[in-house]
Amino acid sequence: MAATLMFNALREATDEEMARDQTVFVLGEDVGHYGGSYKVTKDLYKKYGELRLLDTPIAENSFTGMAVGAAMTGLRPIVEGMNMGFLLLAFNQIANNAGMLRYTSGGNFKIPLVIRGPGGVGRQLGAEHSQRLEAYFHAVPGLKIVACSTAYNAKGLLKAAIRDDNPVLFFEHVLLYNLKDELPTHEYICPLDKAELVRPGQDVTLLTYSRMRHHCLQALKEIERDGYDPEIIDLISLKPIDMVAIAESVRKTHHVIIVEECMKTGGIGAELSALIHEQLFDELDAPVIRLSSQDIPTPYNGTLEYHTIVQPPQIAEAVRKLMSRQL
Amino acid sequence: MVSEGVKTDVTDWPQAERSLPPRPDPLVTITKEEGLVIYEDMVLGRFFEDKCAEMYYRGKMFGFVHLYNGQEAVSTGIVKALNPNKDFVSSTYRDHVHALSAGVPAREVMAELFGKETGCSKGRGGSMHMFSAAHRLLGGYAFVAEGIPVATGAAFQSKYRREAMGDPDADAVTVCFFGDGASNNGQFFECLNMAALWKLPIIYVVENNKWAIGMAHDRATSQPEIYKKASVFDMVGVEVDGMDVMAVHTLAQEAVARARAGEGPTLVEALTYRFRGHSLADPDELRAPDEKQAWFARDPIERFAAELTEQNLASHDELKAIDDKVAAVIEDAVEFAESSPDPDPSELYRYIFAED
Repeated sequence: MAATLMFNALREATDEEMARDQTVFVLGEDVGHYGGSYKVTKDLYKKYGELRLLDTPIAENSFTGMAVGAAMTGLRPIVEGMNMGFLLLAFNQIANNAGMLRYTSGGNFKIPLVIRGPGGVGRQLGAEHSQRLEAYFHAVPGLKIVACSTAYNAKGLLKAAIRDDNPVLFFEHVLLYNLKDELPTHEYICPLDKAELVRPGQDVTLLTYSRMRHHCLQALKEIERDGYDPEIIDLISLKPIDMVAIAESVRKTHHVIIVEECMKTGGIGAELSALIHEQLFDELDAPVIRLSSQDIPTPYNGTLEYHTIVQPPQIAEAVRKLMSRQL
Repeated sequence: MVSEGVKTDVTDWPQAERSLPPRPDPLVTITKEEGLVIYEDMVLGRFFEDKCAEMYYRGKMFGFVHLYNGQEAVSTGIVKALNPNKDFVSSTYRDHVHALSAGVPAREVMAELFGKETGCSKGRGGSMHMFSAAHRLLGGYAFVAEGIPVATGAAFQSKYRREAMGDPDADAVTVCFFGDGASNNGQFFECLNMAALWKLPIIYVVENNKWAIGMAHDRATSQPEIYKKASVFDMVGVEVDGMDVMAVHTLAQEAVARARAGEGPTLVEALTYRFRGHSLADPDELRAPDEKQAWFARDPIERFAAELTEQNLASHDELKAIDDKVAAVIEDAVEFAESSPDPDPSELYRYIFAED
């Protein structure tokens, strides 16, 4: 069995769900003829036609709003953000309409909608193309927010998101599209609301998501060499946060380091840290540590960019300091 | 205050009256029954809004309440050309009367304004967020122009079902109401482009009441004749006297037929006027008394009543009977709203997700 690259795993998920349900369609910039900016929808228009792989004009707010209207009237749209950062232009439709409309309407309408695409900091893409919108959208009620991190979970999570009756913001990472996994030949679904235990351990809980999962794994060798046994948990669901899984881990390790790619201020880790302090204070042997990106627009220069996001040696050092009580 | 003899640019702004477009020729012919339905719907809208003002000032409803008085011919003329079992309507913050025309019972609209559990949005929406899936009302959208993409998506859905899913009966038409203020917003232009590009079954209805709160339409746009903006998208654009329900109704029937036949969208600019301020919180100081009086004299309900009686489609007594019937409906709606329960605080979190 050949390994499947993440972008192809996402393509398989889309293809399978479109074959399964005629109401599923994809819309966005260059999703049809061009096959998507990262080839997640490559050639699907040949199979499903131009209406089901709808190439839209460059009008993010309007085509996102259109997707909301189509979802309200019974279709299951998948909006591809060519780059998730572009969806800042659709903030109103995502927040007021996708997120809040079901509540505001008193349950009159449901909005089965997936908004997916590449997020995160890439390689020297400049500030506007290096957004971490998961933090910006985190406060919006009614949205589910998911970040995939492997080819395996990308496929299973996207299928679950498409079948979900609620609006799901689905974050891929621009630097993870070429990760590969051996995928099962049978159909599988990954739950949208469950964290993934990446590595069990006893000493310290590393809570992470998306690309930072892999930075944690890169730091693992050094952490182990230092004599510590970390538990790595990939949040997967950024909203709601799987506090059951987190509590189980914290009750075991009593130490928490959050490793995230979003900025520190108002980030995912800020909310997560508050939740842990509120709910698990007595379990903690030390304050929760946040390793986040710097609070700056992502610089273009490669060296500056390197210093903007968390790197594996920082994770190992944070573990060392926390466990030796130097923090 | 401005000192005597000095005029500000704002109050001095010339509000040139546009010449009214001619009545469509021929007008659709209506039966007595249809005429009375149209009359009743307009009266329902007027009486309902008058009662809202009363209830607002009596402290029964809160927030921003935008009334529709004066514009009734637009809602009635358009919505009564739709198939209520098939077609969709989307609205703005000024949505009570669109909801009524679409068939949402006055009880449910009034109860929503009272914030009650029996309201059409379960008391969670309020004046600017009337929704009814049962009556295919896609909602009141409170931010200017944000409903235009949503309505366009509903229209896309019709085309999708027909062409991608092979359902020959999927010919629902969507009507999208908004005001002159929205016609300067990007979403308006973006959606006109897509609707024309894909020949979507949608009717964009601009209710040009000349004022976006205090911003005179002529001060906000380089081309005040909004209907002309359709032409650059190769779309049909028409203007109509929005105080003439039969003119509106006639154009609506044509536009609906065109949309239903797959021939694409229409932009309708209805020249109309709101008889009250922007909202009940608006002191309405900028609109000149002469301007208001000129439009009050063109009251669409009085005009249609006169036409019905002149054409012997209805007698004064029959119209009076309708007025009395509607007044009773409104009283019943208020009693229903007052006696309905508030939403239960234990359900504060209900309706956030589809499973709730």
